[in-house]
Amino acid sequence: MAHQQVKFYQTGTLTVGNRLLDAENRTVQGTMDRSNSLDSGHRACQGCGEALGARYAIDTAMRATDNKLIACNATGCLEVFTTPYPETSWTIPWIHSLFGNAAAIGTGVAAAMKVKGREDVRVIAQGGDGGTTDIGFGCLSGMFERNDDVLYICYDNQGYMNTGVQRSSATPGGARTATTMPVGPEPGADFDKGKNVPLIAMAHEIPYVATASIDRLHDLEAKVKKAMSIRGARYIQIFVPCPLGWGSAPAQTVNLARLAVESGIYPLFEGENGEITSTTKIRRKVPVEDYLKPQRRFAHVLKNPAQLSAVQEIADRNIRKFGLLEE
Amino acid sequence: MLKQIEGSHGVAEAVALCRPEVICAYPITPQTHIVEDLGALVKSGKIENCEYINVESEFAALSVGIGSSAAGARTYTATASQGMLFMAEAVYNASGLGLPIVMTVGNRSIGAPINIWNDQSDSMSMRDAGWIQLFVEDNQQAVDMHIQAFKIAEALSLPVMVCMDGFILTHAIEGIDVPDQKQVDKFLPPFVPRQVLDPEDPVSIGAMVGPEAFTEVRYIAHKKQKEALDLIPQINEDFKQIFGRDSGGLISTTNTEDADTVVVTLGSVIGTIEEAIDEQDEKIGALTIRSFRPFPLEQIRSALKDAKRVVVFEKCFAVGIGGIVANNVRMAMSGTNIPVYEVIAGLGGRPITRKSLHKLFKDAVKDNLEDVTFMDLNKDVVDRELEREHKLIQAGSVAENILRDGGVVNAAKTT
Ligand SMILES: Cc1ncc(C[n+]2csc(CCOP(=O)(O)OP(=O)(O)O)c2C)c(N)n1
Ligand code: SF4
Ligand SMILES: [Mg+2]
Repeated sequence: MAHQQVKFYQTGTLTVGNRLLDAENRTVQGTMDRSNSLDSGHRACQGCGEALGARYAIDTAMRATDNKLIACNATGCLEVFTTPYPETSWTIPWIHSLFGNAAAIGTGVAAAMKVKGREDVRVIAQGGDGGTTDIGFGCLSGMFERNDDVLYICYDNQGYMNTGVQRSSATPGGARTATTMPVGPEPGADFDKGKNVPLIAMAHEIPYVATASIDRLHDLEAKVKKAMSIRGARYIQIFVPCPLGWGSAPAQTVNLARLAVESGIYPLFEGENGEITSTTKIRRKVPVEDYLKPQRRFAHVLKNPAQLSAVQEIADRNIRKFGLLEE
Repeated sequence: MLKQIEGSHGVAEAVALCRPEVICAYPITPQTHIVEDLGALVKSGKIENCEYINVESEFAALSVGIGSSAAGARTYTATASQGMLFMAEAVYNASGLGLPIVMTVGNRSIGAPINIWNDQSDSMSMRDAGWIQLFVEDNQQAVDMHIQAFKIAEALSLPVMVCMDGFILTHAIEGIDVPDQKQVDKFLPPFVPRQVLDPEDPVSIGAMVGPEAFTEVRYIAHKKQKEALDLIPQINEDFKQIFGRDSGGLISTTNTEDADTVVVTLGSVIGTIEEAIDEQDEKIGALTIRSFRPFPLEQIRSALKDAKRVVVFEKCFAVGIGGIVANNVRMAMSGTNIPVYEVIAGLGGRPITRKSLHKLFKDAVKDNLEDVTFMDLNKDVVDRELEREHKLIQAGSVAENILRDGGVVNAAKTT
């Protein structure tokens, strides 16, 4: 008889609802009095990493600000699946203006709070990777450079999902998207292109930058909480797998997020004022194949030794660069 | 108090008197002096309780303004020309969201070829964006209209553009009566937003609307602009009560009652036109459109009903068809048999001279005008360039060729 191997992997701080932790170490989501800022009933796909990430991030920010929070959303999946009028999943004040201006909207709201003497009300701007790393990049950099009192959260699902999965500057090499098809001698998205916005944010020397992943929500919550304890421009980029865009099973969302971190594909770190202050060590290193296999967008990469080793090389470089393995 | 100041400075002082809470600044000629002056007023503490934000683009200028206005702050910015186009997406968004932002446009042409001088193409490019657009004749009106603009915007929950001719007004120094703070406070109460981002009463702003309601939403935007046709003269009356000055409401007219020919125009050029009219003997009247959006169809129709002909004189045009203002005026005149001529003039800062106006008037009164006239167009240069283009596939830059042909550029370089 086949036995499923039990993995005591998800213990301690990786477990969101862990009642064995003492009260102050428990997550916001592990408590009954969470704000449900992004309420149920929205239209995200099954297993949507972005919905999960947003829910945890915003509830945490709400807790950290005593529920005095305003969110400014870029156009994209998160905006579309949460709010067709007259319905909304947001139980907090929320505004959507355009695709490329969420950071600037955040600046404006924060400025208004300042003149109104309501600096207790805090501001989050949020968008997908396209809205952040591409079209919203000018406004984002401006907001950073002025050190406006806004936390910007990028939900990184590595492509323009809302418009049907096209390549963004966050799409990884090899990935199939509707504009980087797996055809020709170099199938999928080009390697050696794209940009690392967390590091670019660091180069602005803003008070706080972090990357996070929805496989470790405790860590995600801690980073949001930390960000909300600081004034000025802050940036958190959350890795949020997208079953629809990646061709993965909805049940694999959290697992894929974990494999991205454990393979070195998605380094998790924090930085303050331009210096890296912490990195999340890999617990059990996995080969990139483990991460690629459950995703149809990489099916051709697995059959292409050159591409496969290019992906492994990216992971290894991250491990070296960020010191992701315990010595 | 009467002061001898630059138009831009007057506008900055007027905006300051309106107690703005957020000002977004980005430089573009000829609007720049306004935001520079406002920057100094905020930094020196003369404007209290105001966030002055040096943004990274016009798109950000208006986007920051959308955020601050939606969060309940009285918001101001200014732009021109390329800047207006760079913020285009946010221009539509601000009106769609019903945010009473006031923006000065220092009217300037749009490139290519890049050109910093005055015409009204920039404001006209956004004529359908849902903003109220008010064009001023002189710097006193520019000052007065900004104060009225905040009141109009906030009463309707709609954004307002105050359009003033670049350089001709923005950089002109003339005597301006700058109101005092007490008067302005009496006229303009604090801003009470229609809907606001507030944790105590959470709302979702800017969500998606499908075909089931989009037409109605857009129709109401149209309706609200029509309401402004009543509101703008009313607010002008209120203004007159307190400040003793009139900014003319929707349109203003000179001798239209007994004129055979009426020249219709927008902005500062009315000054030159009125002088030119006075210098000749024909019965010519003039009508200035202050409010281009909403467009006062009825008022224009009734002011022009006794004319034998109408000449629309405008500093902009829609490539491929002709005058923009003229098209709107024709709509006001539909059903009448009064001919409407279009004259395009002053593009990219070309001087509008009395001499040319006199010739134009002479032709007009004889009905000796084409449907569309480009005033002072150098027909020979144009013909030669068109000929070159027909002969040569790689004819080069039209703009450069015309300058060389006109002898403006050293002829030796052409060989
Ligand atoms: C100016 C502009 N260009 C393009 C679009 C179309 N558009 C809407 S959402 C979207 C994709 C969003 O991608 P991303 O920001 O990564 O968010 P995701 O949907 O992946 O969460 C695009 C291209 C738009 N709304 N506005
Ligand atoms: S397409 Fe992807 S990001 Fe968008 S709702 Fe579906 S799973 Fe979420
Ligand atoms: Mg995306």
